[in-house]
Amino acid sequence: MDIRLEGISHSYDDTEVLRGIDMDVPSGRIVCLVGPSGCGKSTLLRFIGGLERPTQGRVLQLGTPPEGCLNPLTFVFQDFALLPWRSVHGNISLVLEDHRIRGAAAKRIIADVLARTKLSEFAWALPRQLSGGMKQRVAIARALAVNPAVMLMDEPLSALDSQTRALLMDDLITLWERQPFTAVYVTHNLTEAVRLGHRIVVLSRRPGSIREIVEIDEPLSERGSAGAELERKLQHLWDLMRDDARAADKELLGV
Amino acid sequence: MSDSTLPYGSAQLEVRFRGGGFSPIPHRWMGALVFVVLIIFIEWGTRAGFISALTLPRPSDVLATFGELWDSGLLFRHLGPSLSRLVVGAALGASLGIGVGILIGLFSYIRAGLGPLVAAIFPIPKIALLPLFVIWFGIGEGSKYALIAFGTFTPTVVATYGAVDNVDRSLIRMGQSFGLSWLSIVRKIVLPGAMPGILSGLRISLAIAIILLVAAEMLGAQYGIGAYILEAGSLYDLERLFAGVVILSLLGVLTSGAIAMIERRMLDWRV
Repeated sequence: MDIRLEGISHSYDDTEVLRGIDMDVPSGRIVCLVGPSGCGKSTLLRFIGGLERPTQGRVLQLGTPPEGCLNPLTFVFQDFALLPWRSVHGNISLVLEDHRIRGAAAKRIIADVLARTKLSEFAWALPRQLSGGMKQRVAIARALAVNPAVMLMDEPLSALDSQTRALLMDDLITLWERQPFTAVYVTHNLTEAVRLGHRIVVLSRRPGSIREIVEIDEPLSERGSAGAELERKLQHLWDLMRDDARAADKELLGV
Repeated sequence: MSDSTLPYGSAQLEVRFRGGGFSPIPHRWMGALVFVVLIIFIEWGTRAGFISALTLPRPSDVLATFGELWDSGLLFRHLGPSLSRLVVGAALGASLGIGVGILIGLFSYIRAGLGPLVAAIFPIPKIALLPLFVIWFGIGEGSKYALIAFGTFTPTVVATYGAVDNVDRSLIRMGQSFGLSWLSIVRKIVLPGAMPGILSGLRISLAIAIILLVAAEMLGAQYGIGAYILEAGSLYDLERLFAGVVILSLLGVLTSGAIAMIERRMLDWRV
């Protein structure tokens, strides 16, 4: 299933946040959204996931979601959004219960996603017992449990320290390689974008519009060594963003 | 080695500790100690004579009165009706309060409609309405239940909708993003998330219920701790008055202990 954004514009009261966004999310690829803070990239993600409505334009799902998909558009949030009163197991079963998946069927799915995220031993731990990296792995496991057509990842690694971030990034790559998933990945971290993205959409500062779309063809598994080509792409992205980032930094917060 | 400090001669100073404090550390025995010291002081004062018998009753006399109450079986004849009034009244008020509080928390129209009403009812001294309740519900148990229920209702409502308001919105968004039904979101996210606030509200409501017990037993009650205290008060029988007051205060300690226990069991997920 692909996602297409057509002429998305949005404003809160008098503040124009996004202007004329057109883009495609092809299935099986990771599309990264980067841009200076406040450029509306998280807002755009919420439009795609149907949590907010743009003032103009529309988001289209092209094609049907794959067989066995319980929740086509599934978020992974920056703050994990785990229910603190439920165990790891309970947090994942939460999203299955509404689809009448209980008992053995639920157990099988949960065991599978916990194994894929290397959490099998922690099924009965409470969120407060887990480190930030573990919490985000639980959130990713929960997202995988509903077999999403598109994962919407809102700065999933931003609340983590840099070592954990590196580890989790490797885990995401392993996950993708084993079973390619479609994702829209919002980040302000260009290194993350270059490491994970097949396509990087660079947004300008507010009102956010698409400044450039950078394609990276190198397979995810071969990006670890940071070749000259990737280095050049990273530099290019930073050149695109530097002035906007500086200007955005000096802006007063209106919204 | 210590040689490394040599070039500085006497110009070395250990950094003075200036952190610490401002974070409560539990000291279990301290509370009991204050009670004991206070009681010993009053006992000593009344025996030595610088606290007159009219100022404060002697703690040992209060204890003796309590013993008489126990021996004669009157204690349970007073405690029984009081406890049943407390339980029925508080259960009615608290469950209604939690229900209405959740509705106010969830629906804007109900909030807009009932919010001001609750704010208007909250400051009314419920004791003032006792005659009204006697007319509405009769001089028997009905008016007593109603007074206690009404008194616990308002603080429970306010605490409950505050607790619902404080449920982490990002968790609700998460529920929506996974396509959970409205009912599932309320049952599995809003209610458990509001539970800490509801329980701490209940702590206050139950204390108010005990306060109102005495008021409820002002009219048409032969037995009951409140009736016992009021009778002793009108006779200026300080020993009996204090014996009754001590029972109420023990009741308060017990209910707050019970809530603490529920909190430990239900809210063990908190940090």
